[in-house]
Order: sequence, then C-alpha cells, then structure tokens
Amino acid sequence: MNFWLLLTINSITFGGLLFLLSSGFSLIFGLMRIPNLTHGSMFMVGAYLGSTFLSGALGFTSDFWVAAILSAIEVAVLGALMERLLLRRLTGQPLAQVLVTLGVSLMVADLCLMGWGGDPISVETPAGLGGFVRAGPAVFPLYRMAIIVIAVVFAIALWLLLERTRLGAMIRAGVDDPQMARVVGIRVSQLFTIVFGLGAGLAGFAGMIGAPILSIYPGLDQDMLPLALVVVILGGTGSLLGSFVGSILIGFIYNFGQALLPELAYFVLFLPMVIVLVVRPQGLFGGQVL
Amino acid sequence: MIALAVDGLNKSFGGLRVTSDVRLVVEAGERRLIIGPNGAGKTTLFNLITGELSPDSGSVALFGRNITRLASRKRAHLGMARTYQIITLFPRDTILHNVMLALLGLSRLRWNPLTALYSQRPIMTRARAALGRVGLEHLADRPLAETSYGEKRRVEIAMALAQEPRVLLLDEPFAGLSIDERADVRALLKAIPRDVTVVMIEHDMDIALELADRITLLHFGQVVVEGTRAEVVADRRTREVYLGE
Amino acid sequence: MTPRRAAIVAGIIVLIALPFAIGEDYYINIASQILLYAIFALGIDVLIGYAGLVSLGHAGLFGIAAYIIANVLAAGYGHTVAIVAALIGTLIATAGFAAVALRSAGITFIMITLALGEIIWGLAYRWISVTNGDNGISVTTRPMPFGLSLASPRGFYDATLIIFLLAMVAVAIFVHSPLGVALAGTRDQPRRMNALGYHVWMIRFLAFLFSGFLSAVSGILFVYYNEFISPQALALPASAAGVLMVIAGGAGTLLGPVVGSALVVIVQNVVSAYITRWNLMLGAIFVAIVIFMPEGLVPGVRRLVQATRRAAARRWPRAMASRLRSKP
Repeated sequence: MNFWLLLTINSITFGGLLFLLSSGFSLIFGLMRIPNLTHGSMFMVGAYLGSTFLSGALGFTSDFWVAAILSAIEVAVLGALMERLLLRRLTGQPLAQVLVTLGVSLMVADLCLMGWGGDPISVETPAGLGGFVRAGPAVFPLYRMAIIVIAVVFAIALWLLLERTRLGAMIRAGVDDPQMARVVGIRVSQLFTIVFGLGAGLAGFAGMIGAPILSIYPGLDQDMLPLALVVVILGGTGSLLGSFVGSILIGFIYNFGQALLPELAYFVLFLPMVIVLVVRPQGLFGGQVL
Repeated sequence: MIALAVDGLNKSFGGLRVTSDVRLVVEAGERRLIIGPNGAGKTTLFNLITGELSPDSGSVALFGRNITRLASRKRAHLGMARTYQIITLFPRDTILHNVMLALLGLSRLRWNPLTALYSQRPIMTRARAALGRVGLEHLADRPLAETSYGEKRRVEIAMALAQEPRVLLLDEPFAGLSIDERADVRALLKAIPRDVTVVMIEHDMDIALELADRITLLHFGQVVVEGTRAEVVADRRTREVYLGE
Repeated sequence: MTPRRAAIVAGIIVLIALPFAIGEDYYINIASQILLYAIFALGIDVLIGYAGLVSLGHAGLFGIAAYIIANVLAAGYGHTVAIVAALIGTLIATAGFAAVALRSAGITFIMITLALGEIIWGLAYRWISVTNGDNGISVTTRPMPFGLSLASPRGFYDATLIIFLLAMVAVAIFVHSPLGVALAGTRDQPRRMNALGYHVWMIRFLAFLFSGFLSAVSGILFVYYNEFISPQALALPASAAGVLMVIAGGAGTLLGPVVGSALVVIVQNVVSAYITRWNLMLGAIFVAIVIFMPEGLVPGVRRLVQATRRAAARRWPRAMASRLRSKP
C-alpha cells in the first residue's frame, strides 16, 4: 500500500518539476517556433548555481529558497542574453537557431564539468521540510509535497500571467500569429527576450528545487531535455494546459516505469509519444495557449 | 459525360465557412470559369477538388468515380492536374527539370533509385516537347530562379499540360502578367485540345469570358449564379456581388 | 566533365596511397576514423541535404548496429552473421524510427528525432542485461574478409576505404536517380510534389531507410575499429557531431560530408591531445559555423572559386582593352 502511494507522490512531484521545466520550453516554442535545446542545460545550470550559493563558496551562505530564486534570476539573465546575442542574429532562420541552441548546450555541459567537476553534488532538503506528514496509516514526505504545492502555485501564476496581464495578452497574440502581433504594434522581438528569459528562469528554478531529489551531476541536462521534449510533444507546443497534463502523465510513466521496469524506464516514455503522434500529431492540446 | 461533379461540399476554418454546400457539374471537354470576389472561396474549392484539403462533408467525383477520400497524388494519377495562383515551383532547378518532375510524377520511373534521371532520353524529350508547347524550349536549361514572372507562369502551365490531364484546374493563369504575356497565355489555353476539361479561376474578365463555355459565380463560399456567359453577365445577382448594388 | 572525372580518380589514388605516405599507425587510424564517420555523415546528408529533414537522433541508429554486432558476437556467432544481423536489425529499427519521426517535418522533426535518439541512448545506458550499461561491451576480433586480416591499422584502413568508396558511389547514384531527384523535390515543394502524383511520405521513408543503412554500416565499422561500444557513442553529442559534419562541409553535396568528417575528426584528435574539453570545442565550432558559414565549406569554397573566376574573366577583357587603348 505504502509503496504505491509513495510512487504516486513521487510521480506527481516529478511531474511538477517537469511542468516548471516544460512550461517555459513550450512557451518559447509557441512564440518563437523553435525548440530551445539549451533547456536541459538551464535546468542543470540553475541547480549548480544554487548549490554554489548554498555552499558558501561565495563568501556568504544563503538560505535554500534565496539560493533557488537567485539562481533562477541568473539563469533567466543568461537565457535572455543568449536570445539577444545569438538567436537575434538568426531571426527568420529557425533551423540555424535550433542548431545554435544545440551548440550552446554542448558548450554549457562542458563548462559545468569544468566548473563543478564530475562528481555528483547532493543538496540537502531545505530546513524544516525534511520530515513527513502522517495522515492515518499513510506517510507523506514533506519536501515532495512542497514541490507539488510550488508547481501548482506556478501553474496558477502562469495562467494568471497569460490570461490577465497585458504581457500575457501579448504573448498569446504572438503565439497565435506572430505577424499579426507585429502588425498590431506588439514589439515581438522584445517579447522574445522576455519569454526566453522567463522560460530559462523557470528551468533554472526547477533545477534547484529538484536538486534535493535528483542531485546534480554531469548529464543531468541530457536527462531532462528529452523529458521536456516528450512532455511538449505529448501536450502540444505552446499550450500551458498541455504541458501541465503532459508533465503529470510523464511523471507517472517515468516513475512507474523506473520502479517496475527499471531497465526499460526510458523506453516506456516512447510509447505515449508514439501513440499521440499517430493519433493526434499536434499534441493533446496543440493549438491552444491555455 | 460528366468530367467533374462536386456535390454538397462544405469546408470551415475555425468558425468561418469558406465553402458552403457547393455543387458543380462540369461536362467533359467543357471550359468552366469560376469567378467571384476575393475571399469567395475559389482557391479553397480547388484545394478541395484536388485533395490538398479534405472537405467537412460532401463529395467530389471524377468521371463518375468518387474521389472524395482519395489522396491528392492518386487524383493526379487519375488525370487531374492543376496550376497554382501563387507560383509553386522548384527554384533551385532548371525549367527543364521542373517539367521533368511533372512527367516523372506520373511515371513508374519515379521509384527508380539506380539510374541517372538525366540518362533517360524519352522523358527528357517529352519534357522539351512540353516546353515547346508553351514556347519556352529555348530557356529549358535556365535555372528557374533566373526567369521572369511571366515565364514562371508558363512553366506552371507547361507542367500541368505535360501530365496530359483529363481535367485541368487553372488558378488565375493570367495573374500578374503583362499585356503581351496575356496574349501568349491566352493562345496557349485556346490551343488546349477539347478532350481536356478545363476549370479556371480568373479575375481578368475580358480574356476569361472569351475562353469560357459556362461560368460559376462564387460568393462567400456559395454558388450564387451559374450559366452561360450571357446568362451570368445578365443576371442581377452578378451585378449585386460585383457592384454591391 | 573530364576535369571532374580526373579529380575523382586523383582523389581515389590519394586515398589509396595515403597509408604509404603517412606511415605512422596513429595517423592511419585517424584516416580510418575520418572515412567511417564520413559514411555516417553521408547518411545524415541524404536527409538534411536532399530531403530537408534534420535528424538529431542518428547516433542511435549507428549505436544499434554496433550493439547488435557486440551481442551477436558475444553469443558465439561469426562475423558474417553479426554483420547481416546488424544491417537488418538497424534497418528494422530505422523503419520504426522513421515511421514515428515522419509524422512531422521541419522543426518538429528535429525535436522528435532528438527524443527518439535519446530514448535509444537511454536504453543503451539502462538496459544493462543487453548493453552492460555504462561499462560497454568489448569486441575482441575483427572479421577476415577473403582471408585478409583487418587487425593492423593499414588493413583496417583499406577495408574502410573500400566500403567508403562504395557508400560514396551508392549515394551519388541515388541522388541523381529519379527517386533521389523526387526526394529533392519533396524538400523544396512537398505539397506540389503530392499534387504532381508523388507519394511524399513513402519517398521520405525510403530515403530514411537508406540513411539508416549508411548509419548502420558506419556503426559496424566503428565497433570493429574501437573494438568497444558504450552508450557514449549514442549520446546527443554524437548525433550533433554528425549533423555538424554535414553542415560544416556543406549539406546537399557529396563531398561536403567527407570534408566535414575530416574537419571534425582532426579537430577532435588535435584538441584532445591538448585539452579534454572536446564538447566545448564541438559546441563552439557548431555555433561559429551556423552563424558565420551556414552554407558550409564545400559550397562556400565553390562559390569563392566561381566568383574569382568570373571576376578574372571580367577583369581580363578590361585589361586587354586598356592595354589596347594605351598603345597608340
């Protein structure tokens, strides 16, 4: 009983992390029509930076949450810079843009290896969340519950951002029809930078809050990127709801797969993707922003 | 004999109905002109007939055979060819190559992975002959990117004719042409043998009316008037659509 | 046509003579690597250059062939069985891979192939009972075709060269054939091709199979060359390197992938002699090529040569004219 319950909680937790990662990926894709192949790198860099803030190597020791927010901001700036300095030069050449993100992701992986070494870094669960909550016979690990809460809060915040703010309206207009958005006077290029930064920041944040569970190691980027891809292929590009449902789905498939068929855990991810591609190539919620 | 029969055809994009219960019967050998203001759904109707779009409901039949669910490529093999309003050619290749692609599309040779295409004399001869029909033989080896707009239009027509279609759909063959070029294309279309059925979308009434046997007027995706030249021109609804009376 | 043919013959003679000229085993091995990766790149070029489809998952197909060899040999079968099994097995895997990836085109195609490639990598990494996980599998012997030993660097080079030349010829024949020409048509105007009577999906699928077959050939040479296969050979950087070879050399040309392979393999060997940061280098070259030389080396050089020729032709009459004028 407890085994299944724990597995379910782990699946939802992992789905929450995936949502933080893939919602940004999906928004970037929806707006700029390119998959950002540095998204796994952003996740990993966020985690590494956060661990450095925590370690006190910079002369001060920060609280876990402060570290997570600081690293998210830094990664957001890195993402925005990449958009400005590299992708902007290649406007209108989506293939070149994708290949540049690929090149940067290879570089980032190596730079992280240089900076933080090859040994995995474990991050302690933030103070006060190390315990469990009991509900009758069932036990819930507190930190995982916290991640679920955070993911839900972010999902609501992103939904409000897209639905209720001017920025959100502009993003939606851009996703629907970039040319039209330009015609009605939205500065699409600025929007690109903002959304790229936002997406990168979310990925970086996810990396740090995922670190106590996943730990940080070279190759973390390569583990996460395909998951984000599969989520978005499943859910449909540019759709927030799609990434939410896709993330939870993949969270379950991945965790249950790992528990039940450890050798084929990666392979079972393949099945839902194939089914969706055959039945509904645009993804479950393709074509809808929300 | 009926060459092309469209019945109860519907197509919507989002909430917008671009083809609404369209019925169209074209006799074999007929020259049918389709007119209508911009956005009347003329090109969409072509795309539905050729299978590049699939209808929400209704049917399309070619010489009595229901082809509503047939892939576009199979319709080509049944004798349907078309030209595009927006030129859709192969810019990196020569004019000859473009026409060869049209011929190859209907030839079994297209599956051959082992012999050089340019060693196949018969298909090259046929391609040059097809270019000769539109008066472009002398430009055969020129890269398409280096040709004029009027020449590209003629390449479009040459490709469609090269396939020796039974039903030919021409989407605004005179669009963007100079007066001289118009005369060339007009002569070209007049020379199409009567065993080919021609359905043509065109805005240029002077030329198009002269070529047409019957005319169909589309408006907001619906057939408003259909009849002979004189009937359609005289019809009150034609004037309403065009002059907003 | 004659200078072209002469250049081809000269190129082949150089490649045959190369081991005698360079002598040292280390360099002969590098030459073998260039040729075996050139086959891989040729396969990717069939898709990128002629079908307009960029695959970031081809290292997966390459790896499947290598793992089949390792496993079949480990099961006690001979090299012939292993090679046939690897070719057939990889073709079957390619068919599945293509059937999924070809649900899309353009940018989505990149995403799906990347995901598929990573899934194959994940299998290699985790399916320990078959792949021995991160530790990889060793292959201790090389085949002896017609009794000739491939154990020495030179023997292996000669065999690789023959296979490379066959692959080159196969790709050259294919791209000039009606099917290859039709494939290029689907790259430029897929919708039009469909209306002209072509089965666009099937044409792309067949091209994908051919491409996968070349990946398999390359993967087989790779596992025999290294006498070892591990998940690293299937990871995203490996697929990226293949794409880089094609883009750097020039997509849609026959020579481009070969030049690209030479570039990548040489840089990799030179770099790793000094620092261990190969991926950093690979990424940097990638970004630089895409931004500064997107058409690739071969078309770039070709255009330069043509431009200088044209400029020379233009200058020449003018020079003559001015000389005539200055001679009263």
